[in-house]
Amino acid sequence: MVAIRVDGLTRTFGETTAVDDLSFTVADGELFGLLGPNGAGKSTLINVLVTLLRPTAGTATVDGHDVRADTAAVRNSIGVVFQEPALDEELTGAENLAFHARLYGMGRERRDARIGEVLELVGLEDERDRAVGTYSGGMKRRLEIGRGLLHDPAVLFLDEPTVGLDAQTRRDTWEYIRRLNREGVSIVLTTHYIEEAEQLCDRVAIVDDGEIAAIDTPTALTDSLGGDVVRLELGGRADSLGDRLETRTWVREYATAGNVLEVTVERGDARVADLVRLADDAGASIATVDVRRPTLETVFLSLTGATIEDGRRRASDEASALEPPNGRDGAARSVRASGEDR
Amino acid sequence: MNLVDPTAIYALWLRDVKRFLRAPSRIAGSIAMPLLFLVFLGLGFDGAAIPGLPEGVDYIQFLVPGMVGFAMLFGASFAGMSILSDRDVGFLKEILVAPISRTSIVLGRIAGGSTTALVQALLILLLSIPLGFRIASPLSLPLAVVFLVLIAITFVGFGVALASQFNDSEGFGLVVQFVIFPLFFLSGAIYPVSSLPEPVQLAAMLNPLTYGVDGLRAVLVGTSAYPIALDLGALVVSATLTVAVGTYLFERVEAV
Repeated sequence: MVAIRVDGLTRTFGETTAVDDLSFTVADGELFGLLGPNGAGKSTLINVLVTLLRPTAGTATVDGHDVRADTAAVRNSIGVVFQEPALDEELTGAENLAFHARLYGMGRERRDARIGEVLELVGLEDERDRAVGTYSGGMKRRLEIGRGLLHDPAVLFLDEPTVGLDAQTRRDTWEYIRRLNREGVSIVLTTHYIEEAEQLCDRVAIVDDGEIAAIDTPTALTDSLGGDVVRLELGGRADSLGDRLETRTWVREYATAGNVLEVTVERGDARVADLVRLADDAGASIATVDVRRPTLETVFLSLTGATIEDGRRRASDEASALEPPNGRDGAARSVRASGEDR
Repeated sequence: MNLVDPTAIYALWLRDVKRFLRAPSRIAGSIAMPLLFLVFLGLGFDGAAIPGLPEGVDYIQFLVPGMVGFAMLFGASFAGMSILSDRDVGFLKEILVAPISRTSIVLGRIAGGSTTALVQALLILLLSIPLGFRIASPLSLPLAVVFLVLIAITFVGFGVALASQFNDSEGFGLVVQFVIFPLFFLSGAIYPVSSLPEPVQLAAMLNPLTYGVDGLRAVLVGTSAYPIALDLGALVVSATLTVAVGTYLFERVEAV
């Protein structure tokens, strides 16, 4: 059974193509992520899938229902948590949930039972009768996630579920999302946080400029780059080590520049000892050793020629995309950039 | 997705009523302006010779139905336009993504907006009694409620239609200045329509509030410019029309 099937989906706004001929499927029970910078078209895609926007071309089904022809059935089988909060702050948490339950035609008994269950699940039982305006950002987000689940949807959509949350609340929110997924809810989330996609998702689609650049498990995506990079800074020139590396089968690739040696291997952490021994045998002293494992950020960079940060900037400034950072320089920069992000 | 979903309409109504009751300052604010008009115009023009005023009717008797109509105009139009503030805070998406028809959403808005506007109007009516207002007969009140409900439906529908033309509440002030105030001044709420120049009178006759105020005057005071059946008929037509147009335009509003 397929939770979502998207085929040739396109959505334009005037001259701008926000979603460009996308095709993919999401399996039942999967936790699926759409990773990309702001302005890549993720929210537009979500809004088409939840029937708030009509597709310009192509088809999409959610839980087997066509988003164009059968909006009522789609709406009945989905829960949505929007990027911007969508709560009535003057009502209490329980009242917001009761409002939602009535819109979804839930009778009194089921409504009362589910409101209790959901509040417990998101840990807001004690705050149920407080006005939502007095909630913290994390509590509001939890209430919204709970509300998205209230009517037992088959698919839950989360648009940037942890934007604006502090680190602890973000990790808690991830935990809720994982728990829901374990209980059998198919989940589609969008994010521009690398860590979120890596930690949370079964499969990730890398979205850039309205298109999907790659789609796979986080591990497969990072493995596709060929492995880890071990960087050695030596006391002297690195060239002399080159000949010795040629004969080692576990070395996939290497490069030297001055007294710096960079070696690409499958398991960087397991080869550090070998490389140090090699340098020792050659009589070279080692100043620093650094193992860099590729992240989805590196994958994004290699696929699109820009970091997610750059992509975000490009949304407002097309010119910056004209100078894509290249090679390892870019990778190093991207690691720093995502480090700042956290 | 039923065209008319009673549970959803009830949910929308309940939300409006709860919000209304929880913000006493909002209630005070909404009746303050018509009340000020009532007090100062009523006192200021007390005993003045207003041209066109029916024989033997005090100005305060003439003015109260006008101010009640004014309160309805504002309360109901704002209720209809609250779609815009819901959009501002993101709550509109929660409503639009639910499996309910747009017609049900408009009907829910009308139910909630009419209720809150009706409460405001009845408060004005109650507060006008110490100012010397006398209701014509015991039957007046239920008949007045019929007119009030029709005025409410007309202008909530009108507010929904207006709100569908804007993307955020920026346009709100514009509407108040250039649409709602002219409707108020053209309604015969503070002076008889007959004292306006001919061409302006024509405009007043296209204004649903003219018939609302006239009908309220007929049932509350016992004097009116038009036959009560005409007032009632005109309001039924205007209510049907604005709700139909409001629903039509709201159907076409994109959620994001």
